[in-house]
This record gives sequence, structure tokens and C-alpha cells, in this order.
Amino acid sequence: MLAFIIKRLSNAVFVMISVTFLAFVIFSAVGDPVDQMLNEQATQQQRDDLREKLGLDKPFLMQFGTFVVRAAQGDFGISFRNQRDVLDMISERFPATFELVLVATFISLVVGVPMGVITAIKRKSWYAEAMQFTSIIGISLPSFVVGIGLILVFSVWLGWFPSFGRGDTVDLGWWTTGLLTRSGQMSIVLPALSLSLFQVTLVMRLVRAEMLEVLRSDFIKFARARGVPARSIHFRHALRNCLMPVVTMTAMQIGGLIAFALVTETVFQWPGMGLLFIQAVTFVDVPIMAAYLCIVALIFVVLNTIVDMAYAVIDPRLRGADK
Amino acid sequence: MEMLKTLRHGVIGGVTATLLATAAHAETVRWGAPRDIVSLDPYSYGDSYTINFLNHVYEGLVRYNRDLEIEPALATSWELVSPTTWRFTLREGVKFHDGADFTAEDVLASLLRVSDEASPLKGNLPAYKSATVVDDYTIDVELNGAYPLLLNDLTNIHIFDKGWLVANNAEKPTDVSAGVEGYATFNTNGTGPFMLESRTPEAQTILTVNEAWWDEPSHNLTRIEFQPISSAATRVAALLSGEVDFVDSAPVQDLPRLEQADNLEILERADLRTVMLGFNRRDELVAGGTNPMNDLKVRQAMQMAVDMELIRDKVMRGKSRNAGTLVAPSIPGYSAELDQPVAYDPEKAKALLVEAGYPDGFEFDFVCTNESYVNEEQFCQAIASMWSRVGLSPKLDIGPTAKQTPKRANGKADVYTLGWATLPMLDTYSILVQVLHSKDGNSGVFNWGDWSYPELDKLTQSAAVELDRDTRLQMETDALKIARDEVIMMPLHQQPMAWAVSKEFSDFPQFPDNKPRMWYVTK
Repeated sequence: MLAFIIKRLSNAVFVMISVTFLAFVIFSAVGDPVDQMLNEQATQQQRDDLREKLGLDKPFLMQFGTFVVRAAQGDFGISFRNQRDVLDMISERFPATFELVLVATFISLVVGVPMGVITAIKRKSWYAEAMQFTSIIGISLPSFVVGIGLILVFSVWLGWFPSFGRGDTVDLGWWTTGLLTRSGQMSIVLPALSLSLFQVTLVMRLVRAEMLEVLRSDFIKFARARGVPARSIHFRHALRNCLMPVVTMTAMQIGGLIAFALVTETVFQWPGMGLLFIQAVTFVDVPIMAAYLCIVALIFVVLNTIVDMAYAVIDPRLRGADK
Repeated sequence: MEMLKTLRHGVIGGVTATLLATAAHAETVRWGAPRDIVSLDPYSYGDSYTINFLNHVYEGLVRYNRDLEIEPALATSWELVSPTTWRFTLREGVKFHDGADFTAEDVLASLLRVSDEASPLKGNLPAYKSATVVDDYTIDVELNGAYPLLLNDLTNIHIFDKGWLVANNAEKPTDVSAGVEGYATFNTNGTGPFMLESRTPEAQTILTVNEAWWDEPSHNLTRIEFQPISSAATRVAALLSGEVDFVDSAPVQDLPRLEQADNLEILERADLRTVMLGFNRRDELVAGGTNPMNDLKVRQAMQMAVDMELIRDKVMRGKSRNAGTLVAPSIPGYSAELDQPVAYDPEKAKALLVEAGYPDGFEFDFVCTNESYVNEEQFCQAIASMWSRVGLSPKLDIGPTAKQTPKRANGKADVYTLGWATLPMLDTYSILVQVLHSKDGNSGVFNWGDWSYPELDKLTQSAAVELDRDTRLQMETDALKIARDEVIMMPLHQQPMAWAVSKEFSDFPQFPDNKPRMWYVTK
């Protein structure tokens, strides 16, 4: 097990460095922040000085090297634009993104799992067909269209939910939460719905496929033959056997949701990490972009490692294969 | 009985007064902004949007009035003691938000801070050399040379409290390269009409009225809730659903929809920013071959080939104002005589190209951005196709500003867009020295095409030190005439700007520099 963990950790470090390297390759093509940092009246001399001070005149390998050495010490630098510590800025916004992702995941499970079960056991019924059809819409609509649509219906026409922002938050010292206030709860509904739509479809289709598989298996036939009630067969026996892949996929998708939340965050002005990143791109705020990509890569790597390790614990064959 | 009546009157009067008082205390403006401010420190980043917002909290020695004329603010009067020294008499009895008194030491500390080597706003005060405190309410500012635009520059130099800066170790501006944060990035202490209550970046910044403001307020607001909403569609939705009641950047395409709403009023006008095209004037084109654009006839042909009226009517939805000169009408130095847009004449354009020896046109790079100016992508496409019609072959290159600017600044663009508002100076001198002057030392930073007109340079340099306003403005106008005659840059239009406000506001002045100034707003 120890060897397994060490191997995974060294893999993780390699992945992180590669991501950072790719990020820096992209940054060199994004443009030059200096012209946006100074105003119309700044002279050429001032522009050159600033470029030199920020180290932007150095070759890109050197810029990359400096970044990696500093990042390894936990120092991601100061944002060009906001003049603030990058790590502070990201950790200040992480709770917003994480709560959004959590609520979206919750919605996707609560809605997706029952829909998957229904479409599997009532395959021929009109409502199962209807659910299948709507799920295609869910999977094919881009999330900014969904977001704007939700805003139009629920904020502008009906006036039920706010169209932007996170509402009032409660500061717990190490975490700010919007889930404890009324306005915070109202504010999270639309962005979470919009973010979860794709997930709902995914969960529903996965559960459906798994259910169809399990319902064909022998133990279900025996249960039926024994006269176990249908409800109990479907929800107690069959569904339980479907949940393992659903849980795995949901855990893996959390990383994806955190990364993809940036579209939803932009539409709803949700003050999370994605919004920060999008703005950093427009202003070529290299320290923020670099730190964001590193952290998202880290989240992916950590989630994957946990899932792999959990598998190894659950399934002894994997452990054996590793040795 | 009589007494009871009086008593009742008294009670009712009291109740009414309380009601009125609560009503008067709830005048809030909820401001849906296209972007957040970058910091609470006005000297941290050369960003005029942030500086303007912070002008609600901090003030300068002088300020713009409702007609964008300079008037006294923290200074009550000023005089020239010598051609290079200005003496300012400061306002007495002004207090900072924390109760500290405003004195000449505060002005000195602020000038030192903004002109520090590490300050990105150093360029906002180019002529500053040093300052000397004469007494508590008098300060002398010495300049590098005679300079007529000091007051214009000072409108944007916010005054900090020295004691507060010292106590919080913030006398120097923050410096990204040093890797340290500053106290003033998170806290404020100004003299302005509003005080900071709280700020959550990207979510909201709340200001409340400063009851102890030195000036008689002409606004009746008690609270400003500044909420950035970067997505234009969401901003419009928030306005329609009544979650915000002022938007300072209403998208042009949504104006008809907003106009239909009963509770909204649309304020529209032409911006101060003049959008123009610049030409590469080096010997070789980026696209290859000798550069035909060094021939005046070619530049004239390119100008005549563009139908600006069509662009105004179709691309800009009739909202732009076509320009004949490089500055907007309200900028000092502007001349109506020069502001005659060149007539669209494709036949003459073709003839001029033949005369210049390019009957089959030539190929060149045309660099535009997709977000710097209103509908830029669309008008660039329109211009490119109009040029193709007279036989030219523009290669259109559209991308984000951050990517296109290095190309333009390093001479990798044959024709490029540029918008110039002369901000924060509000004087023609700004475009003369920064854009039209030859690239030489600190002048011509935006002379991306690398041209040189010695006569124009001479006029610019004379205007820089001419203290007589009329003579100076005449020089600036003469320089603009050279620019027009030689088609150094091709003016396109002043772009439209639109604000949308709730009808609950009785007075909401809109300024041509596109800066909301809430201390003139009445609800």
C-alpha cells in the first residue's frame, strides 16, 4: 500500500508540473499585461521599467522556473491587477465555488437517481420516454444558455430568485457560507440548477444503464420467483447494486464541476474561483491564472488518487496486480 | 381641549417627521457595474474606472463640476508664484473619515506616494518635481518646467491622510514585484462625500454617506451598493427585475428592450472617446513589400473608400457620431471647422490609388480587437469589405486586446484601431504628445505607426509650456489640422455610451467621460 501511495504521489507531482508548464506556454501567447496596468499617459520608459520589474522581459523558461520554485514554497505571488496575495484571493473564493458544486451535485443525485430508476423499470411508458427526451436537451444545451434562460424565467418574469450574486454570507472564520442566510439560499438555486443540469442527465443515464443490467441478473429473477414485492426489488436490491459506479462518477465529476463552474459563475456573477480566473485572463494576470490552474489540477489529482486508493482497498485484486 | 389639540398636532408632526427622516435615510442607489474595481487603493493600478469609483471616497485638490469644468475642492485657490511653481491655498476645517484634520502635510504625503518610482500612476502627474509645505494650509508645488495642465492632472490625484498612511505603513504605493500587500488595498480614509462600509471583491462594495462632508451636498443619497455584474445579459436582467437601479454600461443591442420597460430611463450620448485608425509608416509592410501607405494619396483613398454613414446607421444602430477630427467636441483644442467627416467617394478613391501607382491595390494586415470599443469587430469587418470593394486586400486580424496590443505596439500591424478619450487630462494635448508626436523619449508612446511630422512636434512642444490658454489651444488646433490634412490617423466616430437608470431618480447627470458621479444624484 505504501509503495502504491508513493507511486501515486510522484505521479501527481509530475502531472502538476506538466500542467503548469502547459499553462506557461499558453500565457506567453495570451499577451502583455503591462499596457493594461498603466494608463494612457504613462511613458515608454515607465512601461519598460514595469515589464522589467515583473520579470516579463525574461525568457519564458526562466519565468516558468521562478514560478515553480516559488510555488513549491507555497508562494504564488501577488496579483498584478489587484495587488493582493494570490493564494488569499483564491482561498477567499473557494468556499463560493465549492458550495455551488456541492449543491449542484446534491441536486443531480436527488433528481437523477429516481429518474434513472423510473426510466429503467417503466421503459415503455410515455413519461419515461419524455424523461429520456428531455435529458437529451439537458446534455446538449450549453450551460450559459441554460443560465440565461433560468434568469429570464425565474428572475425577470416570475421574480422568484435573484439573478446574480451570492446574497448575504456568514463568516465562520475559515469559511464563508451563503447557505445559512435566506438571501444566500435563494441566490444559490438558479446557479446550482444551471450547473447541475448536465450532471442530472449523466446520473440518470448511468443509473438507467446499470439498472437494466442488474434487472437481468439471476438474483433479481430469484427474488421475483420468491415473491419479493417489486418496490423492494427495485429500490432495495437492484438500486443498491447500481450505486457504486454512480458514487465513483460523482466523486470524479466534482473536479470537473469545479473547473466548469466558471461559465455558470460568469453568467450569475457568482463570486467564486472561476469568475476570478476569467477576469484574470482578460487582464493577463499571470500569477492568478497560474495559481488557479495549479489548484484545479491539484483537485483533480487528489480526487483521482482517493478514488484509486478506495478501489485498491475495496478490491484486493487491484492491490495484488500492483505488487 | 386646546392643549390636547396642540399635543395631537405635536405627536402627528413628530410621527411625520420620523417617517420623513426614515424615508430620507433610505435613498440607496444599487449600481450594477460591468466590472469590479481592482482595489481600494487608487494608486495601485492605472485604471480610470477604479479611480473614478474611489473619487466618491477620496478627493483631489480640484474636481470637475457638472459641466466638466475644473472647480476648487480641497484647495480653495491657487496662483503661480513663478512659471514653474504653483501655490495652493487649502480648505480649512476639512476632516478625514476617521476624524483627522486635513492639512498641507497630507497633500505632500499623497504627492510623494503617487510620484514614487514604484507607483503605476506616476504618469498621471508627469510634470511634478517636488512640493514644499509653506504652512498648514498652503503648499507650493514645483514642476519640471512650465506646464499648463497641472490642474487637469490634479483632479485625479486623491488625497490621503498622512497620519493614517504612516500608522499603517502605507506611505509607499504597493509594488507587485516586491510581493507585498498594502493596508490601503483593503481600507480607506478619505475626505469624500461617501465612506466605505464594506467590500467583498466581485460581490459588492458598500458606501454610506459622509455626514461630516465639508461641502453642501447636492445629492440626497445615503448609501451606494456597488455590485459588479460582468455578464451583459445578466446585468440587463437584474435591471429589468429591479435588483439594481442603475447600470453604467447598458449594451447597445439591448437598448430597445430596456426602453420598453416602464420603470427605466435610458441616458444616451456620444462618448468622449474618438475611435480612429492608424497606419503603419515604416518602409516595409508587415504583410510584405514596400509600404504604399507612406503616400498621402493612398491614405486619402483609404479614407474616402469608407462609408462612415453606412457604418453609423447599420453597425452602430444610428447611435455613434461620425468624426472629422481626432478629438470630441467638448475637449479643449477641438475645432468645429476641422470636424467635417470626409465624404464617401469610392470612385475618387480608386482614381487616387491609380494615381499613386496601385491600380490593383495591395495587401496589408488590419489589426482589430474584439472588445476594446463598441461593436469593434463588426465595424472592422465592414471597413475591410469596403476597402476590398476599391481593390485593396486587407487581411483582417481580430483578437482580444491583451493579444493585439503587443502587435500594434511593436509595429506588427499595418492598419490598427485606437480609441482616445484624452482621459484623465481632458485636453487635446494628451493625444498630441502620446499618439501624434514622433516616437522620441517620453513622447509618442502610442505612435504605433512610427511617423514623424516635425512641424506637429514643434507645435506640441510649444503647447506643452504655453501658459496662455488661448494661444495654447490655437497651437493644439493647428496641430490637429496637420493631422487631418496629412491623414496621419483616420478618425471614425465617437462611440455611443448608454446608462440605464430607474425612474425613481429625479436627477442623474450623465457625463461624456462615461464616469458616474453619485454626488450629483438625487433620488
